[in-house]
Amino acid sequence: MFQLDLKSRKSIYEQVVDNLKELIITGVIPPEDKLPSVRELSKALTVNPNTIQKAYRALEFQGYIYTVTGLGTFANAPQNKRVDEGMVQSIKEKLRQEIKELLYLGMSHEDVHKILEDLMAERGGWR
Amino acid sequence: MIKITGVDKSFDGFKALTYLDLNVKKGSIYGLVGVNGAGKTTIIKHLTGVLKPDYGQILIDEESVYENIRVKEKMGYIPDDLYFFATYNLKEMSRFYRALYPNWDQSRFEHMIQQFSLDPQRKLSRFSKGMQKQAAFILTMSSKPEYLILDEPIDGLDPIIRKLVWKYIVEDVAEREMTVLVSSHNLRELEGICDSIGIISNGSMLLERDLDELKADVHKIQVAYLARPENPYAGLNVLHKETRGTVDLLIVRNRKEVVEEIINESNPAIFDILPLSLEEIFIYELGGENNEITDIIF
Repeated sequence: MFQLDLKSRKSIYEQVVDNLKELIITGVIPPEDKLPSVRELSKALTVNPNTIQKAYRALEFQGYIYTVTGLGTFANAPQNKRVDEGMVQSIKEKLRQEIKELLYLGMSHEDVHKILEDLMAERGGWR
Repeated sequence: MIKITGVDKSFDGFKALTYLDLNVKKGSIYGLVGVNGAGKTTIIKHLTGVLKPDYGQILIDEESVYENIRVKEKMGYIPDDLYFFATYNLKEMSRFYRALYPNWDQSRFEHMIQQFSLDPQRKLSRFSKGMQKQAAFILTMSSKPEYLILDEPIDGLDPIIRKLVWKYIVEDVAEREMTVLVSSHNLRELEGICDSIGIISNGSMLLERDLDELKADVHKIQVAYLARPENPYAGLNVLHKETRGTVDLLIVRNRKEVVEEIINESNPAIFDILPLSLEEIFIYELGGENNEITDIIF
């Protein structure tokens, strides 16, 4: 399903959340599709089931997935997603760093702007 | 649930454990760490009912462990120094285990022998050290414990077997909510598998917490300024600070958002923030008083 990087500074929990989010956002796991159960995913990745459980809870809270008692966990339709302000802040922080680096390389403000616009255009099809 | 409260233990006047508390939730994988001689093996021997505490309580599912067969039946224990009967092979040993543990699973035992490719007819004393560890693991996991206590289980095992061992453990935690307590010095490996961590120091519990919370609380930051503002780190809980040239290196105990807010306000030229690995937290918490050690690490 996805691979974990044990050497990463990111915790396993964060990696599981991020990987599943990516699969859902890109539509690799389409809306209403069933996700593997906590047990299945834990065994497949050799990850502590408590960690997977916690990741599922976070994803549910953010609206990426929903659980039906007795049936399992499903991917949510995109418009139900709740924007996580904390995450937005941390991504903004990352962008700040990256933009700084581009400017260090000697690019002009316009060039950086162009790059951002091109990248956004690539994502044109996304909701 | 494992609940240890206020355990004291002395050996001939040497105080090994001092008012030690330890709590493990059901279905949790708990990592017990500490420097050599901190008391890890001693507390494990209390937990498994090998030793009797001078003071304090050791409860598993609200029952005392010492001399209690009902509790011991549902507990699997792999000690650091293994013991097998001198002339026994794996097959004979399995008969012994089957007689002791009511949950013994014969088909699992046979499956595991094949998977680990150990010869059940060969004398255990002729096995290499790593193979003996595997044999102990097979026997313990075949007895389907509700509580699995491991004292440095992965030392001396090759990477393929290690992966297989963790796979079995995670599977049993997922399938039947087995509770695991594991002590090790391989912090990177523990970090990948545990949800809770207890750090023992000088016979008492220094810190016991959910691993992710622990990691979300401590950060390593690197900051440099073109024009250094007055007291840029006011409001941060700085645990350790050193200056290398114009760059400041700090260990702070604050949430990430707080650190980012405070530092960004002072307009730094360079600002990196990294979560600490369990290894770094361990060294920081335990090497804290000894500056020579911390200087090497950070």
